[in-house]
Amino acid sequence: METAICIIAGLMIIGAVFAIHAKDLLSAVIACGIVGYGLVICFLLLKAPDLAIVQIVVETITLIIMVAVVLDSSREEHFAKPDRKGYMSMGVALVMTAVLLYFYVLAIGMLDPIGSGSLRMAGHYINGAVELTGSVNLVTGVVFDFRGYDTLGEATVLVTAVLGVITILRLKGRN
Amino acid sequence: MTAYILCFILFLVGLYGVITRRNLIKIAISLSVMEFSIFLLLALIGYTDGGVAPIIDPSDPAKVYVDPLPQAMVLTAIVIGLATTAMLMATIIKLYRKYGTFDIREIKNLKG
Amino acid sequence: MKGMTVIVKKTTQLIAGLVFLYGIYVTIHGHLTPGGGFAGGVIIAGSFILLILAFGSDFLRLTKEEAGSTLYENLAILVVVFLAISGLLTTGRIFFLNWIPKGTPGEIVSAGMLPLYNIFVGIEVASSILTIFLALVIFKEELAE
Repeated sequence: METAICIIAGLMIIGAVFAIHAKDLLSAVIACGIVGYGLVICFLLLKAPDLAIVQIVVETITLIIMVAVVLDSSREEHFAKPDRKGYMSMGVALVMTAVLLYFYVLAIGMLDPIGSGSLRMAGHYINGAVELTGSVNLVTGVVFDFRGYDTLGEATVLVTAVLGVITILRLKGRN
Repeated sequence: MTAYILCFILFLVGLYGVITRRNLIKIAISLSVMEFSIFLLLALIGYTDGGVAPIIDPSDPAKVYVDPLPQAMVLTAIVIGLATTAMLMATIIKLYRKYGTFDIREIKNLKG
Repeated sequence: MKGMTVIVKKTTQLIAGLVFLYGIYVTIHGHLTPGGGFAGGVIIAGSFILLILAFGSDFLRLTKEEAGSTLYENLAILVVVFLAISGLLTTGRIFFLNWIPKGTPGEIVSAGMLPLYNIFVGIEVASSILTIFLALVIFKEELAE
């Protein structure tokens, strides 16, 4: 179980590294699809079918939007030799990477091993959910009944993003 | 523990892409990769060995279920990630129409 | 924008209705099987995007369709907020209270207000994604003229 997830995470890392260093922009966008669809397989291995369905359709829509942006532009990335500012930003990135990795390894030393299932609220949600919400699907019960306020916030974020997209992509203003 | 560290390496690859790339599309792709790594980490935390998907089977009361709370959080986060990516793409299209290039160094030098 | 070739048009005519029906199925059975409002909404939007991409549309029809989809999106989010506020009108005075009587678990008509929430959040998400796509297409069309 953990080895399967490690193998697929390794493939996702290879895809992400290729997406960053690809010269053709269309290839980079499709390599971003590798990461997204690999995540779908990871969700299925982690017994989360709800998340797998949402991730697969959302990744398809994201790829459609990205290809629509890239398709009628010049599809090349101009690879200039990195000048002094480029080397400095690469150095900053490497230093930040090392510091964050050190603190992260310290932090996950305090976690239980993968698969022990020791979260505190899990027992309350699983045992009481069918009587309290009446729904057999626990994730829907948590999303719409126990944590309904978060869902309201998420719907508001989606509406605001659509409002932003319409305002940005308007050519003729009011005269 | 190896799976946790691989998740974080994916996050760091995305962070490296955001800091060092000059092309706007590469920056947007790297941001999306960072979000995916966090979804994987959250879904890993809630996993229980030998558990099944959190849909209650009324005929078998002694099953072990996977924790539904991190899955609910990731569900919210996936849709918010879509909204953010869509708005970023709209801004990138508008910038390309106005300046004719995707390169942030040249856009900063042109300045409308 | 122009449509695509004859093969794509014929395949879309056969499949788009099935995809729409599958989206409605995933939305309504949200409290019984995996899925729910968000996944079903995006699938419904996908069927509309398939129709627009395969057949093409001229500019005026796209603008009218965008006006319709923004209207549905805003109406659906208003209905969700009113459903949430309706919990304040009961005697418990709790926001987001599930006050409709819950039937037996495992039926379609059960779980109180959860199917209603699923349906309206599904309409809202479908209209949002359709509006984003239409705004993109209209921007490219207007520039091409």
